[in-house]
Amino acid sequence: MSPIKLVESALDPAHAVYDRVLPAGEGWLHVVKAGQTLRITDLEGNQAVDTLFYNAADFTERYSATETLKAAGAIYLTAGSRLMSSRGREMLTITADTCGRHDTLGGACSAESNAVRYALNKQPMHSCRDTFLKCLWQYEGGLTKRDLTANINFFMNVPVTPEGGLEFADGVSAPGKYVEMKAAMDVLCLISNCPQLNNPCNAYNPTPVRLLIWD
Amino acid sequence: MAQNIHPVPAETFLWEDCIPGGCHWSGLLRRGTALRLTDMAGRANLSALFFRADAPHERYNMPDTLKAQHTAMLTKGHALYSDMGRVLCSITADSAGWHDTIGGVSTDASNLAKYGASNYQTARNAMHRSGEDGLLIELVKHGLGRADLVPNVNFFSKVTVDEAGLLQFDITHGKAGQWLDLRLDMDVLVVLSAAPHPLDPRPDYAPSDVGLTAWRCGPADAADVCRNACPENQRGFYRTELLYR
Repeated sequence: MSPIKLVESALDPAHAVYDRVLPAGEGWLHVVKAGQTLRITDLEGNQAVDTLFYNAADFTERYSATETLKAAGAIYLTAGSRLMSSRGREMLTITADTCGRHDTLGGACSAESNAVRYALNKQPMHSCRDTFLKCLWQYEGGLTKRDLTANINFFMNVPVTPEGGLEFADGVSAPGKYVEMKAAMDVLCLISNCPQLNNPCNAYNPTPVRLLIWD
Repeated sequence: MAQNIHPVPAETFLWEDCIPGGCHWSGLLRRGTALRLTDMAGRANLSALFFRADAPHERYNMPDTLKAQHTAMLTKGHALYSDMGRVLCSITADSAGWHDTIGGVSTDASNLAKYGASNYQTARNAMHRSGEDGLLIELVKHGLGRADLVPNVNFFSKVTVDEAGLLQFDITHGKAGQWLDLRLDMDVLVVLSAAPHPLDPRPDYAPSDVGLTAWRCGPADAADVCRNACPENQRGFYRTELLYR
């Protein structure tokens, strides 16, 4: 593995305009305005934070994993990564990262994919996609399942091998690690704080994250 | 009618067609049908999306496909999963050995930057079409649209990832005559664009034609190579078959 470059932030949580702890298994739908900075802190370590972004003025423009990969020429997200939209525009840029690697290939867990991946009787377990859908209908903003696409998994480590294999590896995160991103446009941010209990993406123990926003 | 370079038995043959390089296509293919895809000249890229025909909000899901099978690429034995944990289609034979899942599609903007301007007025039907444009045109024909443009498969293209995570397009991968058989495991709307891969570094716009041969293969049997590739696929095929009981 190549050396991971960690970038710390100078921002002071005392000056944040928004500060909330999001328990595991819950969702968050919130507008981050152009110029604002969003920090996600992995409070207890090895949590996965499933995240999507929409242009707040036009939801048909949304985060695109493939445009983001193409813009970087690489698959892992870290400080300096530009989070690109389906129209090829920058939505946010990661400005600080003390974890060093985040995933955008692994997607969000769902009842149906849990049934396929682990056992048919895992289908009733809580999942990120259920959280996403609940956020969408609570929001009443016209977003539907069709608006869900391949997301970012902050703090999650999903290495791809040169032979084309893909695995869910132990997290590279730890308590207190954070990732920070500055918005280039007004974005609607959709988060599911992952409740997955079947794989090591969150160390079999889903935990809270802290969400901070600075102007 | 004479079939193209990789014929199927006459008693199972349904139809055949050709997508000229750069062009786009869509159609409904029923469960138990197979589609043989052939790179006619060695530089084909076939961007593909798949939707459940009677409920198109159920569609191909790249992350679910990759993590169910612990793979970042597709070849023989792999299933292409929907977001509802069912198998839309699966690869029962493959001479290419690698099909890309993460590169996405070329756009009009990326075409312009890479190849220069080429519009209909000057180039007629040799104009540079993009993968995004082609897929969107076909999606809209079926009442779908931008919201349905999710990460796609790129048949015939190989993109590797090194240890640092850097992407590399393999220009030595494509060969004239490479082919694969895609079996439809549900009734599926198939949406295709034969525009170049967005990470193809070659400076000329020269996508090859793609041959399509449809034939009747029947649903996956108990010994099927895709069903038995891993326990995940056994569960995936079982969940799919519940729709047809």
